[in-house]
Amino acid sequence: MEGIKDRVAIIGMGCTNFGELWEKDAIAMLVDCCFEAIEDAGIEPKDIQAGWLGSVMSCWSGEPLAYALKLEYIPISRNESFCATATEAFRNACYAVAAGIYDIVIAAGVEKQKDSGFAGLGGVPMTTSGVEPPTPPPVQFALAATRYAHHYGLSYEELKTAMAKIAVKNHHNGTLCSRAHFRREITVEQAVNAPMIVWPLGLFDCCGVSDGAAAAIITRPELAKKFRDDYILVKGLGVTCGARQATLQDSYDFVHVEEMVTASQRAYEEAGIRNPRKELDLAIVHDCFTMTEMLIYEDLQFSPRGRAREDIDAGTFTLEGELPVNTDGGLKCFGHPIGASGLRMLYEVYKQLQGKAEQRQLKKADIGLTHNLGGMGNSFTCAVAILGKRD
Amino acid sequence: MAGIISYGAYVPIYRLGPGTAGWMAPVEKAIANFDEDSITMAVAAAIDCMNGIDRSTIDGLYFASTTCPYVEKQAATTIATASDLRRDVLTADFTNSLRAGTTALRGALDAVNAGSAKQLMVTAADMRLTSPRSEFEPLWGDGGAALLIGDERVAVNVVGSYSVSNEILDVWRAQGETVVSAWEERFILDEGYRSILPEAISGLFQKYNLGPKDLTKAVYYAPDPRRHAEIARGIGLDPAQIQPPLFGAVGNTGAAFALMMLVAALEEAKPGDRILLANYGDGADAFILEVTEEINKIKDRRGIKGYMASKKILNDYQLYASWRGFVEMSAAARRPEIVMPSASAVWRERDQNIRFYGNKCRKCGYAQYPPQLVCTNCHARGDFDDVRFSDKKGEVFTYAMDYLAPTGDPPLVIVVVNFEGGGRTLNMMTDRDIDELKIGMPVEMTFRKLFTPKGVHNYYWKSMPLRG
Repeated sequence: MEGIKDRVAIIGMGCTNFGELWEKDAIAMLVDCCFEAIEDAGIEPKDIQAGWLGSVMSCWSGEPLAYALKLEYIPISRNESFCATATEAFRNACYAVAAGIYDIVIAAGVEKQKDSGFAGLGGVPMTTSGVEPPTPPPVQFALAATRYAHHYGLSYEELKTAMAKIAVKNHHNGTLCSRAHFRREITVEQAVNAPMIVWPLGLFDCCGVSDGAAAAIITRPELAKKFRDDYILVKGLGVTCGARQATLQDSYDFVHVEEMVTASQRAYEEAGIRNPRKELDLAIVHDCFTMTEMLIYEDLQFSPRGRAREDIDAGTFTLEGELPVNTDGGLKCFGHPIGASGLRMLYEVYKQLQGKAEQRQLKKADIGLTHNLGGMGNSFTCAVAILGKRD
Repeated sequence: MAGIISYGAYVPIYRLGPGTAGWMAPVEKAIANFDEDSITMAVAAAIDCMNGIDRSTIDGLYFASTTCPYVEKQAATTIATASDLRRDVLTADFTNSLRAGTTALRGALDAVNAGSAKQLMVTAADMRLTSPRSEFEPLWGDGGAALLIGDERVAVNVVGSYSVSNEILDVWRAQGETVVSAWEERFILDEGYRSILPEAISGLFQKYNLGPKDLTKAVYYAPDPRRHAEIARGIGLDPAQIQPPLFGAVGNTGAAFALMMLVAALEEAKPGDRILLANYGDGADAFILEVTEEINKIKDRRGIKGYMASKKILNDYQLYASWRGFVEMSAAARRPEIVMPSASAVWRERDQNIRFYGNKCRKCGYAQYPPQLVCTNCHARGDFDDVRFSDKKGEVFTYAMDYLAPTGDPPLVIVVVNFEGGGRTLNMMTDRDIDELKIGMPVEMTFRKLFTPKGVHNYYWKSMPLRG
């Protein structure tokens, strides 16, 4: 099987502010981020031959994208994979280009969450028997946090402090990002003592709910040269789907997420990366909860198993550290419109690789990873992408 | 001749009592949790009664209550399904009277004697409501009992019975009302309880030529402790002959009361004991029971004694008031409304949701809940045996406490339970103290009511720390 490496290039990207965007609906947000991407690529809307629209609860079918951009009768598919939606939209767009079916395509993700009127996720309405215990994302990662502390012998304080340090890091990075939803510093103490959402996760262990959209224009590398010199190449794409192993199999340990381990391994293999910690320059990962980011360090081979805490304490993943993680504040502070986040992650890597990342620009940014995760009941879709500069 | 061949009971874990903020009375009463009702309590009593018995040999289930969850929809079918009985069984609800428990007992004895069933279980449970601070509140409690009626290996023979019917509006609950009404106390006692219960007991004594000296124990319904003592004096009983009523500890449990006290008596009974069982409500029923050698073979029942070994005093009356709908508590943050479940989905999942069936792969032996069409372990398709998980014990593998989710007793505790003998479930935990939660704690499964959107009750199994 041929991989995706160097077969697909990003020539333009756009991303709205993320936040409580009361005056914008999904269409308005798509217009904003897609035209930014179109202008960044130096194309016109009529050059787009196909589209992929990612949205969990704001759009049905691909039609809203056509309506927003006034795309005339082109094929558009809607994607949904909970919070991994946008990377999935991106992946499908990439494969269509790599297969040679289309020359120029767009992948966009959008979520309008603040019309629900609810604090927190509104919940996805389904007609079922209604007996399944509610396991929204905070519950899933609270279950992991409880078990992680038990498994590795962490006291409650040690667990809370490790998670708090991740929140503090991401809050700091958010202050350096003009489009982020939350832009203020916090302290470890504030995070540790915050009110409980789902024990042991408190308010600052949980990302919020935001409106936002992001988009990418994708083409083949041979064509990309016509549009810009600093196009960015897709080096690897690894995606996995769980099958509820966590809740059906009594041997599942809850201190790792198998979907994340396998998705990242596939992406590393495709990209030819053997030592992720050393070879990656940055990673933008799915910190829906601080605990999730902690598991990501281990599952993506940034830290050895069971030893994420040592790297957290050493500052390995801060902007000045060996492997900066969530340089733009992550889901926690940039925000998390669930259908858009994967593309916002790609946007940060894209801008860092092009040297356009404002005050948080890293000195060395040649290879970056994005990691996007979504699911219910501890059964996930995990999508990992690796982007790199052209030679 | 039909008689009692097994017994069981259920007492909820929670109490109102001294120690509950806002509780004025010097007594305790047992109160059902927010997720319990008369159906769930009957299931608990039934399962206790069936311990060690092959459930497929039970031919019917009767249910007695004044608080059936539906006005039109049989409760006995739900209880029979949750008890995992066969489908070709007799089911019936006996309702609308405090006397329903013994009416159901009479019906079951007659059914077995007539050959309509070989073994028939009588269950009774009640959750009667009275207004906060009413005179009845300290007296009434919630609970359930179950008796298995059969004609072989009979542990308690029913030697004789006598019934009177009595038309009186003494204590009643009208359609659409949630709390019970009563007329003035002097009238309802004089022309109701005090007149009619002794009439049935005298009728029984006369019919069978018996007197108080012939009794080992007297078990009988009473509205309160004073009236209970009066009846004893009226019959001429010694203190040792009086089966203690459950006032002050559990309370008057309505249609289940007499049967719960009978179970308590049977837990201590010896072969040869003769027991009077009498019940009141729109008339009265009286029975003479004789205990046989088989009573010693009924073991491993929690019954009244076992369930009363564990209890928790509720901290705050207001929480109880919110459970019963006297007070509406607002959620901490605005949350989506709970929607009515799809009736076709509920029906399709009835085995896994109500019987709590998982399945076991015939190829690799892996046990899984919910039941799968394709094995989670070896991926073989369509080769399974049903497995009942409701009576399996388990232990907590991990847990979380959700402070935002709607629940009667926040925070909502979500657990991952690993079952003895294999299998796992993601589940909710009830009857729990969050300070006692820990990985590895042993749990059992309990049949509960999740939500009631638009008056439709959604039943399922939850896990709970082992009861006593």
